[in-house]
Amino acid sequence: MSEVLALPAHKDEAWRYADLEALAALWPLPDAEAVVVPANGAFARAVVQDAGGVTRLNLTLERGARAAVHVLNTGAVFGRVELAVTLHEGADFTLGAAQLGGGEATLEVVATVRHAEPGATSRQVVRSVLAGRATGTCLARVEVAKGAVGTDAVQSIRAMLLDRTATANAKPELEIFADDVKCAHGCAVGELDPAGLFYMASRGIAPAEAKKLMLQAFIAEAFVGAQAEERLLALALHALGALV
Amino acid sequence: MLQIHNLHATVADKPILKGLSLTINAGEVHAIMGPNGAGKSTLGYTLGGRPGYDVTGGEVLFCGQDLLALAPHERAAAGLFLGFQYPVEIPGVSFVQFLREAANAQRRHRGEEPLSGGEFLKLAREKAALLRMDMDMLKRPVNVGFSGGEKKRAEMVQMGILAPRLAILDETDSGLDIDALRICGEGIEAIMRKPDKAVLLITHYQRLLDYVKPDFVHVLAGGRIVRTGGPELALELEEQGYEAVAA
Repeated sequence: MSEVLALPAHKDEAWRYADLEALAALWPLPDAEAVVVPANGAFARAVVQDAGGVTRLNLTLERGARAAVHVLNTGAVFGRVELAVTLHEGADFTLGAAQLGGGEATLEVVATVRHAEPGATSRQVVRSVLAGRATGTCLARVEVAKGAVGTDAVQSIRAMLLDRTATANAKPELEIFADDVKCAHGCAVGELDPAGLFYMASRGIAPAEAKKLMLQAFIAEAFVGAQAEERLLALALHALGALV
Repeated sequence: MLQIHNLHATVADKPILKGLSLTINAGEVHAIMGPNGAGKSTLGYTLGGRPGYDVTGGEVLFCGQDLLALAPHERAAAGLFLGFQYPVEIPGVSFVQFLREAANAQRRHRGEEPLSGGEFLKLAREKAALLRMDMDMLKRPVNVGFSGGEKKRAEMVQMGILAPRLAILDETDSGLDIDALRICGEGIEAIMRKPDKAVLLITHYQRLLDYVKPDFVHVLAGGRIVRTGGPELALELEEQGYEAVAA
């Protein structure tokens, strides 16, 4: 019992990169919000967390249900978004998340998507832009249960470092106990292309604007198809202004 | 318009330009020719202010301003256009968005009113038509998936939209087929052959000069201009090679 309530430590894999000092102030965390999307139902949620905190959401998608969760995680603080998703037969899930942090920010997306039954599909797209001494982490896990044939799961995790002092952690994970599944994951950490920045400057675009244009395109990938796409992009662009 | 005096520049601490001087007046077209490694592209990049191209001596005046004191985007706003030998791909940013941002950034910098969406599209359509480029291509990400020739034509469309005073065109003719060469050449003439504008063509070959007739041809070798002449010098180079002419 006491173990459950105890503050996590860095040796706990899911909390390895967390800001534990900030977490202590929030501890104990309230229970995760649990949502069950009924068979063939649809669910959409935009999570905008711009002043830190921990958001936890447990989703269960019944047969043929669809859900899309889009996340904008920003601010110069500790901000964590946790998702635990269970997909039943033929369900479809999309996670699109952008994390934008500078200063000493610690931003995290921790997602587990469990394909419990056959024929479910999932996509996870996470984009982080990190400046200063910020840390951005993405722990994304796909579990394919025994018998969950026909699973189609995609993970794309990318981070852009604006300063060499910033840190990106990316851990895409696949755990597969079924045959005949399609699981793809990709992960990259990089910097803005200096040749592209000079090209833009040579056309008259000032460095900060050039960076914003390139980063906007980078982040937009996380919000494609979101119900709140325009609002999320506008908020993200505003947050970018503070980083470049 | 442009006065380069005794310019020295290094790339990764290696001296490339070694005392280059050149004056370009409004209304003139100059061609710089020279063998590989002579410093032609370095001259373009140095004038454009590319990071990594360090000026170690000399001065450059552009319309009376100290060009070297300006940041690259300020040089563009002052009226300098650099046509790239290898135009850069920028995924996710459409040409239309990129160019509207660029045109209006320059206008704001000069204290002019920005173009409205409609005004900009009208201008873009006009210049795209001049270069026989389908407007749909400008809705695609900057240079992504463009052929070599399309990239060069897109450079000329950009030049048309941005309306610079001086265009430095680095091997605009490379990678062009015969038709595209003519279209680009005619585009340069239409956009830049004006009494208040000037062009510096950087090229290996005489063929572009059939369409854009230079007033002056310079031979660049060893980081300096070693010979200057009229259009006939380009023909002489074509016949005899750089070694004979530059010696």
